Order: sequence, then structure tokens, then C-alpha cells
Amino acid sequence: MALDLFKEKGVALDRQVFTWKDLVQRPYSKLDDDAFTRVRVIFMNGIEADALRFKHIAARMSRQLREPLALIRRVEHHQQTMINWLNPPDQNPLETTLGFEQVAIEVTASVAQKEPDPYMAQAYRFGLLEDFDHLYRYAALYDRLEGKDPNCLIQSYSDIRPGRPTVVEHRHPLDDLRRPYDMRTAHPLTKIHALLITAAEFQTHDYYMTVGPMFADPVARQLYAEIASIEEQHVTQYGSLQDPDESLLEKWLLHEAMELYCYQSCMAYEGNPRVKAIWERFVDYELGHLHFVMELFQRLEGRDPAEVLPATLPEPVDFKSHREFVRRVLSQEVDLRAKGTEFVDKAEIPPGHRSLIYRDTLNADGSPSEIAAAGYQWMPGTELAGRVQGVGVGPEGRLQS
Amino acid sequence: MKKTTSDVGLNRTGIQTSPIDSKETLEGAQQGVPSSPGSGLGILEVRALYAKESEGLGTVPVPATLKGMFTTAKELLKGNKPTVFIDKLGERLGFERTGVRLYEAALCKFDIHGPWQGGPSREQLEKILRDELSHFILVREAMEKLGADPTALTPSANLAAVASKGIPHVLVDPRTNLVQCLEALLVAELTDNAGWELLIELAQGLGQAELVEQFEQALGVEAEHLMLVRRWLIAGVTGEAGVREEAGVPAP
Repeated sequence: MALDLFKEKGVALDRQVFTWKDLVQRPYSKLDDDAFTRVRVIFMNGIEADALRFKHIAARMSRQLREPLALIRRVEHHQQTMINWLNPPDQNPLETTLGFEQVAIEVTASVAQKEPDPYMAQAYRFGLLEDFDHLYRYAALYDRLEGKDPNCLIQSYSDIRPGRPTVVEHRHPLDDLRRPYDMRTAHPLTKIHALLITAAEFQTHDYYMTVGPMFADPVARQLYAEIASIEEQHVTQYGSLQDPDESLLEKWLLHEAMELYCYQSCMAYEGNPRVKAIWERFVDYELGHLHFVMELFQRLEGRDPAEVLPATLPEPVDFKSHREFVRRVLSQEVDLRAKGTEFVDKAEIPPGHRSLIYRDTLNADGSPSEIAAAGYQWMPGTELAGRVQGVGVGPEGRLQS
Repeated sequence: MKKTTSDVGLNRTGIQTSPIDSKETLEGAQQGVPSSPGSGLGILEVRALYAKESEGLGTVPVPATLKGMFTTAKELLKGNKPTVFIDKLGERLGFERTGVRLYEAALCKFDIHGPWQGGPSREQLEKILRDELSHFILVREAMEKLGADPTALTPSANLAAVASKGIPHVLVDPRTNLVQCLEALLVAELTDNAGWELLIELAQGLGQAELVEQFEQALGVEAEHLMLVRRWLIAGVTGEAGVREEAGVPAP
């Protein structure tokens, strides 16, 4: 039965407490857990990171909200900790990166299909093809740097092949801004989508900016620099979908609803019982946050939260493979480019356009994403398995064809 | 580009860099009183607590083919646990495959830094790379014959990758030279030799005579790698130190 947002109160804020042992739980298994458990952990870490990010910035802009923001923010920090610490220590930064891109592909694909506004849906499909390409580039890097198979992480849910090539994704900042939804007329799911994808992409950006310098290989360092730059573009794109005229409190209320929606989606799909228990616990916490902010919204803005929130949450994010959808979008929209706030065929971008100049400048000394994946085609057991197809081992233990 | 490893310079990491400040730092540390009694043993206690709750790194996948299932069931009846063999085969497969990438990186270093007396030739490094590749195929075929999935990451393969993750890091760092990379390759070759020895023990125990023979050949080749890497490293280090006129023993 659908959750009634106005009746279900969840857990009160003062009962949302943790211990260090509680925060640092046994991680999921890199080998045995479903790839979508990793996807959900990475995704929800991004959602809570954005909850903190938003609240810190909001607190700098509102004297009256400083205290309530601080109270909820602290709980959310600890929610983020518990989630992020579920990532296992044998999952190295490049492996986690593959997980980040799988989030960007499969969650964005779900959002793009459920989005009621056609322009917004187009924006999600546009970004999806770029993140799809990032998975391919990082997969090539992983294969070639470590001699390991990226599909051990992806578990055959997502294709590993080029999307819109990263080398052409670099755009002038003004070609990354989109038309915002109208807060008065937009469907609540449109608002929730814009918030959740921005959150996920922001964390992806921050993660690449953190781990990029940890790599020793110069192409790896360059590739992280290059894709982090695209993630900054994506945050610009998705962030600009949100109506800038919403008040801070309205944005806050929507953010809490979005967090609740994401936890409920995770809960609906989770197969790992320990992780599922965390999603269930945090659904109750988020209901507590939502009601806390509803009260503020009513008291400080004199508005009914029902003006902004739906009575029940929409159908959950589909945490599953969207292979056919992604392939269709790839075949139909790979040649789209952004021109201002609009999406056009690449033939409509005139020579000397600001984004072409911007892109050519960045790529002038070579393209890391092209170098990393030059000639790369994924195959089971890594590229090296392909290199030795038809080759056997002779009686001396030497290669022979 | 820097070919040498141990030149004198402005290293600031020791306390002798700043005698006055380090004296004060020491005084400051001594004036501070620990907020909790005890020793580093507390860390071990928490580690033990978590270890008791742990369920390990993961499992070996169930063989998908009838052939594999049959073999596995038969061995189980004999009281053996054939998944240990599959797990360790997966470990060698992953290690050899990563080894190919390591020697690709070593060749890149060779092309930049060139040879030294008693050091490797390009041909020797290329040969080791091909050997690693052939061992990868050898193990892959062995796994396929047993009905195991050679693309699966087994717990031992994952563990070996964690234990050796610094090795590729050293090889691909543009600041390291080939002698420094040989330090990392020595760790890899030592581990690899021990890994093959263990695999042979397991194959013998499971009565896999054909595999024992093939693995012994592989071990022979790996023993040769180990000897060469060790010699090249000694030659490189002693050569820079200037302690041996004829640095290193000529490779066979």
C-alpha cells in the first residue's frame, strides 16, 4: 500500500541516534552481492551528500533556518556515513568508479523513462549517453591498467561500449544550462527527478575529484580529470533544471521528499537483508525529517505542504537493467549536441561555435578518453583473452598459434 | 627524466631537517597526556570484534556445466573440497593476467630508461610478458576443463589483487625508473613462484596428473623469471651504488 506522506510520521528527530559501531557496519560483498546493491549504496551516498551540501549552503543564506538545518543535517551526515561505509575495502577506487557509472546509467535510464516532462526526459537521455560512454572508458582503463575484467563489477547488467564519445562531450558552460521546470505547474515527480539526478552527479564529480590524484598512471590521472570536468557539466545541466524561484524552504521540503522517495525505491528492490534493514530504518527517519520541514513550511511560509508534495510517493526508481532502452537511445540520439538550452543534431552546430572552440582548446594536447580506450572492445575475461584467441600453449609451456 | 634512485637532495621528512622545531615538537608531544589509558592493543580488540561478525570476502561460484558439477560431486564424495582448487586456479589466472600488464609497463620503462650493465634486454622482458600470457591461457584452459568459470573473480584472486595492489602502482608511475620497478616485480615473482608451488600441491592431491605436469613446467619458467629479476635488480642497485665494478651476473 502506498505511503501516505501526510499521515505517516516516521521516527521523531530526537530518536534518530547512532553509535560508532552502528555507523560502521559489515560491508556488502564485492563478489557475492548483486551489482545493484552496490549501485544503491553509491546512489544513496550521493543523495545524502547532497542533503548536506544543500543544507550547508542554505544555512549561509537564511538566519531563521540555521538551527533547524543544523539539526537535520547532523542526522543526515550520519546516515551518509552508515551508507558509504557499506562499500567494502577490497573494492578499489577504480572499481567503485565503475559502480558510479553504473548508477549514472541505470538510475538515469529509469528516471528518463518515468519523467512526465518531455524536455526534462530529453535532458536525462542526453546525459545518460555521456555517462554510458564514461563506463566504457573506465572499463578500458581498468582492463589495461590492472589486467582485470570490469564485468566482475557490472555483472552483465549494462553494456560496455562507447556512447556519445567523451572527447565531444566538452561544452561551453552556457551550453550546459537548461530550461528550468516551472514550480507552479511541474509534476512533483519532475521536481524529485531533477533533485535526485543532480545529487547523484554531484557526488560522482566529488568522488572523481577526490580519487583522481590517487592514481599513478598519467592517463588515469588525465581521464579522471577529463570525466570530472564532464560531471561538472552534468551538475550544471541537472542543477539548472530546478526552478530558481522556489524558496529555500520549498527546496528543502522537496529535497526531503526526494530522499524519502529514493530510500523507498531502494527498499523495494534490495535483496541483501542487512542493507534492506538500513533502507527501512532510513525511510522512517526521512518521514521524520519530512514532517519536521512540513511544520516549518506551514509556520514560516504560511503555506500548505500539500501545495508542493503529492499525497503518496510515485512508483519507485527501477533498479534493474535498462539495456534495451539505453541501446535505443544510443541508436537514435548519440549525435545530439547542446546549443544553449536546446538539443540539436550535431550538423546544426556551426563552425566556430563557442562549444567547439571550448572543446578543441581542452583537447589540443590529446584526449585522455580516446587514448585510454583506443581500439578497446570489452570481452569476457578482459582484452587479453581476446589477444590469445586461437592461441594455445605448447608442450614447453610456450605460446603457439 | 631521472634514471637514478638514491641521489642526495632536500628531503625534509626527518627531524634533523629542523633541529629547533623538532626539539619543540618533541617537548609538545611529551607535555600532552593521552586522554585514554592503554596501548595500541585496543585496535586489535576492535579488529577481533569485527572479524567475529565477518562472513569473509565472498565465495567460489557454482560450476555451471554438467561436467563441472559431476567432477565436483565426485570429489565431494571423496571428502575433498574441489572449490579450493578452483579458487586458487582463479588466483593464478588473475595474477598471470595482471602480470602481462606489469611487463607491458616494464617494457615502457625500458624504452625510456634503456639498459644497464647486467640489466634486462628488451627481448628478455618481452619473453617474460609472453610467458605470463601463456600461463594465463594455461590456467584458463584448466578451469574450463573442470567446468569452472574463468571469468569469475574468486575470493583468492580478489585477495591476491588486494595484497599486490601496490605493484602496478609502482610500474605505471612516471616518476619510477626500471630498477625501482624491478623491486615491485620481485615481489610479484616471489609470490607467483609460491603460488605455482601451492597449485601443484593441490593438483597432485586431486590426482590431476596432466595439470601437475603442465604446472611444473610453468613453475620452471617462473623460477627463471625470479632469478632474472633478482639479478637485474642487484645489478641495477649495486651499479648505482658503485660497489661492484662488474655489476650483476650476466643473464643466461
